[in-house]
Amino acid sequence: MDYRTPLSRVRGLGSAKSGTTHWWMQRITAVALIPLSFWLIYFLGLSLTVPYQQTVDWLTSPINSVCIVAWIIAVFYHAALGLQVVIEDYVAAEGPKIISIWAANLAFLFLAIAALLAVFRVVSIG
Amino acid sequence: MAEFTLPKNSVLIEGKTFNAPAGATNIRRFEVYRWDPSSSENPRIDAFELDMDSCGPMVLDAILKIKNEVDSSLTFRRSCREGVCGSCAMTINGKNSLACTKAIDSYSGTIKIYPLPHMPVVKDLVADLTHFYAQYASIKPWIETQTPAPADSERLQSKKDREKLDGLYDCVLCACCSTSCPSYWWNSERYLGPAVLLQAYRWLVDSRDESTGERLDELEDPFKLYRCHTIMNCTDTCPKGLNPAKAIAETKKMLVQRKLG
Repeated sequence: MDYRTPLSRVRGLGSAKSGTTHWWMQRITAVALIPLSFWLIYFLGLSLTVPYQQTVDWLTSPINSVCIVAWIIAVFYHAALGLQVVIEDYVAAEGPKIISIWAANLAFLFLAIAALLAVFRVVSIG
Repeated sequence: MAEFTLPKNSVLIEGKTFNAPAGATNIRRFEVYRWDPSSSENPRIDAFELDMDSCGPMVLDAILKIKNEVDSSLTFRRSCREGVCGSCAMTINGKNSLACTKAIDSYSGTIKIYPLPHMPVVKDLVADLTHFYAQYASIKPWIETQTPAPADSERLQSKKDREKLDGLYDCVLCACCSTSCPSYWWNSERYLGPAVLLQAYRWLVDSRDESTGERLDELEDPFKLYRCHTIMNCTDTCPKGLNPAKAIAETKKMLVQRKLG
């Protein structure tokens, strides 16, 4: 028999006093990704139509290097934040929830590192 | 995991059909969810054919007619019959509303009536709102001040500040919005839901309240507040025409303002 009151159950462990930064960063990265994604579409179009060396030269210009790095950081950060919310929504059991959130965050972290290293390599070595 | 299918003992079975009295010409069919906790049977859908020539205009009138004239065991909540008490909240043709403010003529064909979605059912159309009310109590829906009340007058409020409560004080806590919210379906143990968050915002913007910071502290939580993903079912379904989604968005803005403003 559970004699806990409904209010005790609702109040539970209390407020985490966090969540605003997570929510706000998701908005900031979303807004940043609007212009960055248009840039990326142009970049993909270019890389599919011109020779490799010309794409590399184009990417090496400071503005384009900044854009590709900014896109990678924004998109993987945004994906990690978003997927965490999806997991929290649908996975109720504590164990699987924590493991999935860790796995998702680490996967996006490694993907971002790999993407950034690839960019640095292309930009510096060609 | 979130529940996407009904548990075995909640699967609906076909129920009884009550035909219209002989001679009735203006007939409407109502299909009503029935479940009796004292029987071990699954919930069923009973069909009632009513003579509209001897029935009031609202969905609640039809339900009352069923209880008075056809099947007195039909169980539901009702009180004010004018959209003020919030008792007769139920799902009518797939949308949560108050049966007393919905005209039968605003629907065509058969009218399907179910209890509020994703809530424990007490009997027939009565949902168990214990948890919902406890969530309401948890946000301390009363004024909190350090300054003592003036000895010889009320706590005053400018007309402009009073206007900020319009669209908030009107909420009758019928739970139509919260029970229409998928986020509330999946995480109601921790997510407060649109109705309670609208009520929380009602106290956040009350110029007479002196605990705004503490109230925001209590709400700032990945589950209590941030399960709202702006799905907007709450605003779409509110039988009083209120906008809980906006109240939640304003609360999020206050939290951002506190952090970065």
